[in-house]
Amino acid sequence: MPSVMTKPVARPRGPLDGRALPRGEDFRLAVSPAAGRILLRGDAAVAARASAAFGAPLPTRSGAVGARSDRAALWLGPDEWLLIAEGEAPAEIIAPLSAALADRAHSLVDVSQRQIGLDVVGPNAARALTAGCPLDLSLAAFPVGTATRTLLAKSEIVLWRRAPEHFRVEVWRSFADYVASYLSEAARRAPRAGGFA
Amino acid sequence: MIASLRTVSGGRIDRNKPVRFTFDGRTYQGFAGDTLASALLANGVKLFGRSYKYHRPRGVISVGPEEPNALVGVSRGPGRFTPNLRATQVEIVDGLDAKSQNRWPSLDFDLGAVNSLFAPLFSAGFYYKTFMGPNLFGKNWAWTHLFEPVVRNAAGLGDAPSDPDPDAYAQFYEHCDVLVVGGGPAGVAAALAAGASGARVIFCDEQAEFGGTLLSETQATIDGASAPAWLARQFAALAAMPNVRLMPRTQAFGYYAQNFLGLCEVVSEAERLANPDAPRERQWQVRAKEVVLACGAIERPLVFPDNDRPGVMLAEAARVYLNRYGVKVGRRVVVATAHDSAYRAALDLEAAGVEIARIVDLRAAADGEWPRAARKLGIEVTTGARIAGVRGRLCVKAAAVASAQGVEWIGCDALLVSGGWTPSVHLYSQSRGKVVWDAEREIFVPGVSVQRERSAGACKGVFALDRVLRDGAVAGHEAAARAGFSAQGPVANFDVAGAPESSGGLLGDATPSRGAKGKAFVDFQNDVCASDIRLAVREGMRSIEHVKRYTTTGMATDQGKLSNMNALAIAANALNAPLPKVGLTTFRQPYTPVTFGAFAGASRGDLFDPVRRTPIHEWAEDQGAEFEDVGLWKRAWYFSREGENMHAAVARECRQVRESVGLFDASTLGKIEVVGPDAAAFMEKLYTNPWAKLEPGRCRYGLMLNEAGFIIDDGVIARMAPDRFHVTTTTGGAPRVLHHMEDYLQTEFPEMKVWLTSTTEQWAVIAVQGPRARDLIAPFVEGVDLSREALPHMSVREGRICDVETRLMRVSFTGELGFEINVPPDSARAVWETLWAEGRKYHVVAYGTEAMHVLRAEKGYIIVGQDTDGTMTPADAGLEWAVGKAKKDFVGKRSLSRPDIVAPNRKQLVGLLTDDPILMPLEGEQIVAVANPTKGSHAIGHVTSAYASPTLKRSIALAVVENGRARMGEKVFVAAEGRTMPVTICDTVFWDKKGARLDA
Repeated sequence: MPSVMTKPVARPRGPLDGRALPRGEDFRLAVSPAAGRILLRGDAAVAARASAAFGAPLPTRSGAVGARSDRAALWLGPDEWLLIAEGEAPAEIIAPLSAALADRAHSLVDVSQRQIGLDVVGPNAARALTAGCPLDLSLAAFPVGTATRTLLAKSEIVLWRRAPEHFRVEVWRSFADYVASYLSEAARRAPRAGGFA
Repeated sequence: MIASLRTVSGGRIDRNKPVRFTFDGRTYQGFAGDTLASALLANGVKLFGRSYKYHRPRGVISVGPEEPNALVGVSRGPGRFTPNLRATQVEIVDGLDAKSQNRWPSLDFDLGAVNSLFAPLFSAGFYYKTFMGPNLFGKNWAWTHLFEPVVRNAAGLGDAPSDPDPDAYAQFYEHCDVLVVGGGPAGVAAALAAGASGARVIFCDEQAEFGGTLLSETQATIDGASAPAWLARQFAALAAMPNVRLMPRTQAFGYYAQNFLGLCEVVSEAERLANPDAPRERQWQVRAKEVVLACGAIERPLVFPDNDRPGVMLAEAARVYLNRYGVKVGRRVVVATAHDSAYRAALDLEAAGVEIARIVDLRAAADGEWPRAARKLGIEVTTGARIAGVRGRLCVKAAAVASAQGVEWIGCDALLVSGGWTPSVHLYSQSRGKVVWDAEREIFVPGVSVQRERSAGACKGVFALDRVLRDGAVAGHEAAARAGFSAQGPVANFDVAGAPESSGGLLGDATPSRGAKGKAFVDFQNDVCASDIRLAVREGMRSIEHVKRYTTTGMATDQGKLSNMNALAIAANALNAPLPKVGLTTFRQPYTPVTFGAFAGASRGDLFDPVRRTPIHEWAEDQGAEFEDVGLWKRAWYFSREGENMHAAVARECRQVRESVGLFDASTLGKIEVVGPDAAAFMEKLYTNPWAKLEPGRCRYGLMLNEAGFIIDDGVIARMAPDRFHVTTTTGGAPRVLHHMEDYLQTEFPEMKVWLTSTTEQWAVIAVQGPRARDLIAPFVEGVDLSREALPHMSVREGRICDVETRLMRVSFTGELGFEINVPPDSARAVWETLWAEGRKYHVVAYGTEAMHVLRAEKGYIIVGQDTDGTMTPADAGLEWAVGKAKKDFVGKRSLSRPDIVAPNRKQLVGLLTDDPILMPLEGEQIVAVANPTKGSHAIGHVTSAYASPTLKRSIALAVVENGRARMGEKVFVAAEGRTMPVTICDTVFWDKKGARLDA
């Protein structure tokens, strides 16, 4: 085998690198920090055991999020969780989970780079999202700490409310440009005041 | 210019804010708060347009969205032209440019009016009768060549805009507990009641100002205050409720399933001036827990001869123009009515200095409070009389009053009419509710609620102001309670004075039996007369649905808001049947026309659809790639060097791959991670191939069938671990395949412990193909032995390349030594550029999808969806080898033994070589057995793929031919327009039949 040249050749590039995103008072968009993202599938016993291994509780209630410091487990279905660990390599999350779940049927798939996170922030954040998301995003109906898989116009997204005026949108990377553009456009066209969301 | 018909004071216009606008090129002045209709009326304009069929001169008849006549085109600059707007709904702003419609050359002198002379030709059903012949030059000749072009030109509405619309439109979803539709007294009371409960309330009204009829109320007092003062107080209260959202200029145009309503908001000029980014309109798609419909009622016109002359107007409209806009619609008016409410209008006009020449009451007696008040003031009232005709073509000059005393002409410049009030049940009807006939009052009112809604006020037949307010409050209370909000205190009572109940009404034709001639219009917008409806009945129409279609009554853009009830009554009378038996047509969305922009929203231009790009996209762009659309993806099609056409570029790319090495961006390939203890068992079910014995580290070509046994997808599948498969699908098939798998997993094999995760975008894929592929990648690969023995064709290893993780597959879609390098997409561009730089040593080429297609066709590799058409089995495609013979079951297996699937003479995939190597068949061309087949003879197959092969230096094609594999060497013909091409059937593999290059 010839000698190996393994020097990194360039910095990694995300799908929205170099793109100007809105940074207004009412509405801001930013690419979320890099994170390890794992899709875990399995039954309730898997979830219970994974909670300890992951370091944040895997919720069993529809739409719930179990969060602890920079780790979060988003309930996406009765047997499906999206695990997000900010600033961590996926292998570091997978290894302890694999070990803990070794004797139970489950699926762990690295989706760290399948999708990116977009932080949608500001008083107009919810309004802009409702331009493409048919859900009721009022605080009463979609409180802080809620996450769900849903639609934003013609793109599938995972929507997670982290604070009253802070949403995380998880979107497949090739749809990120569309989602960012759609939200930017919606924020420009939204009424400046009014609405309950 | 002094507005000659403007009152000195009063109204809700802002007399300190003059507004200048043009109508048909002439400049006029109005005031802020005016509509186009009120401003033009103030300027003495009576003539607003020409009618649809007869080009009759028409004026404005109403003051709201029901207006059938005063349709205008409004231009607000280049591209900003909207036809068919109702002048009664257009707010004037400085610089507004409006034009009348359906007239040529001018509104005053319209040549189309000649149609009136041919009126007998345009009677009911004229489309079906007049234009049946003559068929001089073939079937329908007269219609297509003679009549249609003339009729299309002469009839119709405004011109469609021709320029792209530069304005922005937006759409938002919204949710609320209570949606109150309609800003009149019932709506205000409902919104107050619902708002006080704490429920989230949306309160919308189509007008710029809330208040409805209260805005033109001068006599009534509520809780001791004048109507405007009371309104101001209520809106101060509503504005202080953060849970109530007021939406003026917002038409609730559609009521859909599950309390889903469409609202269209016209963004105010003030907002657009303050915010240059504001759109022109916003469409709100509202999901309401409960709905209060407070849509009011619409006054009916009277049907009498020449009742369409400009200056004939609804009585309440005249009152609104006076009280709300400060406009007198005439100086000397005649009032013709069958309802007390017109007396109230007469009294207001009289008080403003308008001479009331006569009130003509069609009823035998009029003893209500309003008639008594009118008589007391000395206004002359003639009861038991009718209008026999109108003098004046461009404007009313006199009205003929027919009574027992004979016919008397009374001079006037406006004729105000009222046939009573029709509740606006449109939205209720759209919600799929069935209206109920109130025989005593001759109105249709809402029946049982089908959805979570209730009507309140005039739209359900409650007319007296005190009862309207109370009804609204009750509805608001109830809606909030049903939405889960407990009411605060008892339902409000309102102390109303000066608004005695009025009654009356008349349905149908009001033409007197003697001394009447001239057209009596029922539907103004579609020019349908009372005689047309009677004719339709005489010609056999029984149901209103048939009468409607035969006469077109109620089928104009106003959906018969003014005409439906009169038309129904005339039909019922002609049929001598009770009115409800004849039926009421169903109302459809939208209530008033909605712009295309509001429905398109942001979905145009770049946002029409998502555009999916790979991590290598920008590099390809920089290299001059042309792209093709594959699903939502952009894929590099070919890389043109300077001066190169597509053919030359593709030929170069193919040659370099075969001679040295090429890089191909295969990132768009669908990928699905199939994981779990039952992963292999599941794969056994979903693909035709056997998987149980496939070793981890090895790959296999997988073929997927549907239940019918037909090929729906294929791809290389790698076994990463005993319980983990890395499945690839076609680019376009990725979502469909995942859905297909999930469908079977959840419905047929729910017991299997296996899960599916899309990883299409988790991995970018760089295909490195060609004899030098191994040499090119070797320096960058860590942890994988790339040798022929250690990594044979169809195997996979996990390792690193350029210091990033990779799933490195040895696979080939070109027939050459090849690798598909799966890398994390963030690093894909860097890996690609590294390989590209290293590749200079080997004369590397970047190739696109076109070269990929040529290279795979040279090897006879199929593309699902191109060489298959949804009716091909594995045997048809020559892929029997991919079907596990020993397998007990897989999706589609049973179908493979169906009689028609095993029948002889099925079309099979073969290769074709033209006798003349230069000639090229085209995809889709038919294949015939003889050179010059007789017309209508049977085609034995068709071409599925055809390319110029740079490797073979000739054309090659793939085709499906009946029993094709038994016809090797046989001569057949590709038949196309004007030529027949002799071809020879051959094997599908044109290059390296033994596969030696693959195993290099």
